[in-house]
Amino acid sequence: MPVSTEQVRHIAKLARIAMSDEEIERLAPELNNILGWVEQLGEVDTEGVEPLTAVIDQKLRLREDAVTEGNIRDEILANAPEAQHGFFAVPKVIE
Amino acid sequence: MSELTAKTIADLRDGIRSREFTARELAEAFNAAVAAAKTLNAYTVETPEDALAAAEAADSGKSTGPLAGIPLGIKDLFATKGVDTTAGSRILKDFRPPYESTVVANLRKAGAGMLGKLNMDEFAMGSSNETSAYGPVISPWRRKGSNVGLTPGGSSGGSAAAVAAGIAPGATGTDTGGSIRQPAAFAGICGIKPTYGRCSRWGIVSFASSLDQAGPMARTVRDCAILLEAMCGFDPKDSTSLDEPVPQWEANLSSDLKVKRVGIPKEYRIDGVPSEINALWDRGIEWLKDAGATPVEISLPHTKYALPTYYIIAPAEASSNLARYDGVRYGLRVTGDDGLNGMYSATRAEGFGAEVKRRVMIGTYVLSAGFYDAYFTKAQKVRALIKQDFRKAFEQCDVILTPTAPSAAFGIGEKTDPLAMYLNDVFAVPASLAGLPAMGVPGGLDDQGLPLGLHLIGNELDEQTVFNAGLAIEERAGFTARPEKWW
Repeated sequence: MPVSTEQVRHIAKLARIAMSDEEIERLAPELNNILGWVEQLGEVDTEGVEPLTAVIDQKLRLREDAVTEGNIRDEILANAPEAQHGFFAVPKVIE
Repeated sequence: MSELTAKTIADLRDGIRSREFTARELAEAFNAAVAAAKTLNAYTVETPEDALAAAEAADSGKSTGPLAGIPLGIKDLFATKGVDTTAGSRILKDFRPPYESTVVANLRKAGAGMLGKLNMDEFAMGSSNETSAYGPVISPWRRKGSNVGLTPGGSSGGSAAAVAAGIAPGATGTDTGGSIRQPAAFAGICGIKPTYGRCSRWGIVSFASSLDQAGPMARTVRDCAILLEAMCGFDPKDSTSLDEPVPQWEANLSSDLKVKRVGIPKEYRIDGVPSEINALWDRGIEWLKDAGATPVEISLPHTKYALPTYYIIAPAEASSNLARYDGVRYGLRVTGDDGLNGMYSATRAEGFGAEVKRRVMIGTYVLSAGFYDAYFTKAQKVRALIKQDFRKAFEQCDVILTPTAPSAAFGIGEKTDPLAMYLNDVFAVPASLAGLPAMGVPGGLDDQGLPLGLHLIGNELDEQTVFNAGLAIEERAGFTARPEKWW
C-alpha cells in the first residue's frame, strides 16, 4: 500500500524532523520504493514463529541499585547548547 | 610508506619489546604519515600527542600491556574522553564526551595510543562513506590506469582506508550490517565482527542496538586476533554484554583445518554478481580443502529475506535511538519558531543528513500505530527463521565461506539509488541478524586491480574457527598487494 504525501508529512511530524513540501514530495517515492521492497517478507510463512528478541540467548541482569558514577553535573552540562543554574535550558514551554 | 608504517601490529609489538626500534619512533612515523595523507579525508580529528604519550609509557616501561606503544585509529562512533566524537554527523558537532567508551578504555589498558578519530558514514548508515558530514573518504586504491576517486566502502570507511594506506597499523570499526566487512573487502584488509555481545557497546554511539558490534580492522588475521582480544570482555555497563572469558585467539591460531567442515551456502550464488567474485569463492573452497577442511553444501533458505528484514529492524531501532538528538543535552541546537517542538524539528532537520532522515522516517513508519505488526513483528519473526537457518547449518558444518561483497569498490557518486546501495551488504547482513562472528579476508585482485574479499561466518562464540580458516586463506591467497601511493 503506497504511502501518501500526507502520511509522509505525518511521519515527519512524529519523527520531529521539519520538512518542506518539496522534501516531502521527493521523499514519498523513495520511501514507497523501500517499503515496496521490504513487503516481500509477506511471502514468508511465519505462522507459529515467535519473534526473535535476543539474538544470543542470555538473561537480562539486575544490578545493585546504587550510584556508580555521580557528582559529574558540570561535566555533563558542559556539552549542553544552553545550560542555566545547573540545568539544561530549553525554550519556554508554559504559557 | 616508511619501513615502520609497513609493518604488521605483531611485528611492531615484537620490535618494541626487543628494542629494535622505540615506540616513539613508531608513533612519530605514523603521526607523520597521518599528517601527509589529508587528501584521503580518513581522519576527522588527529591526536598525535595521544599516540606519543602511549609511546612514552611503553618506552619508559610504564606500560607493558599486549599493545604497549601501538598507535591505532579509532572510528568516530566510539566515545573518546575529551576528544570530538560526532558519529560523522552535524548534529553531534563539537560533542566531547566526558567519558571513554569501554572498547577504547580496554585498548588503552592494553597500552595502545590513539592517532585520531576516523571518518565514517553518518551514524554508521551507509556503505560508501558518502553520507559523512565531513565528506567522503577517498580510497587509497585506484583502478588500473585511472585516477577516478573510489569509495573505501562503509560505514567504517575511514578505518579501512587508513589501514590500507598505512596511516594506521590497525583501527576499530563497528558492524551493524556489514560495516566492518564490506569496507575491509574494498580496501584489501582483514576485519572481524565478533559474536554479538563480545565487545561492549557502552560508549559506542547507538545505531541499531540489537545488531551493533565493534571489531578490529587490520592487515592480517593475526593482527585482528591481537586487537580483538584487547577489545572484548564482559562489561556490566552494557546489558547485552556476554559474561564469557576472552579466549586466547592469537595463541591458538592454526591454519590446520583437518576435521573441519566448511559450509558453502547455495543461496549465496546470486544473479548479477561478477564472475570474478564467484571464481574467487571457488578458489577459497580449494584453499580451505588444501588446509584439510571438507567442503559441504548447505542451505540457508531465508537468505533472500535477510536484507528486507534488516531494512525494517535497523531503521526501527535507529529511529528510537536517534530520538535523543533533540538539541537539549549535547550537539547542535537550532531554535525554531514554535517553542520546544519547533526547536526539536528544526534541530533535527538541520542536524541529520539525507540518509539518516530517510532511515528515521522508515523506522518511524514501521513502528507507528497500525503498521507495527505488519512490519516490525513480521521482520522479527523472519529474523528468528534466519537464525534457525544458521543453527541448522552449523549441525552440518563448522564454518561458512562466502564472498564478502557483491562487487569491488565503486566510484564516489556512482551509486545514487538508496536501494542499490543497500544491496552491497547482501552477503554480510544475514550473519549480523543472527549475531554470529564473521570476518572478511582479502582473496585477490580483480582485472581492474581492485581487492576482492572472502567472508567466513562462524558459530556463536567460535571466533577461533573463523580466525583459523581466515589464516588458512591468508597463507594461500598470498595477498600482498598494496595501493600505490598517490596522495
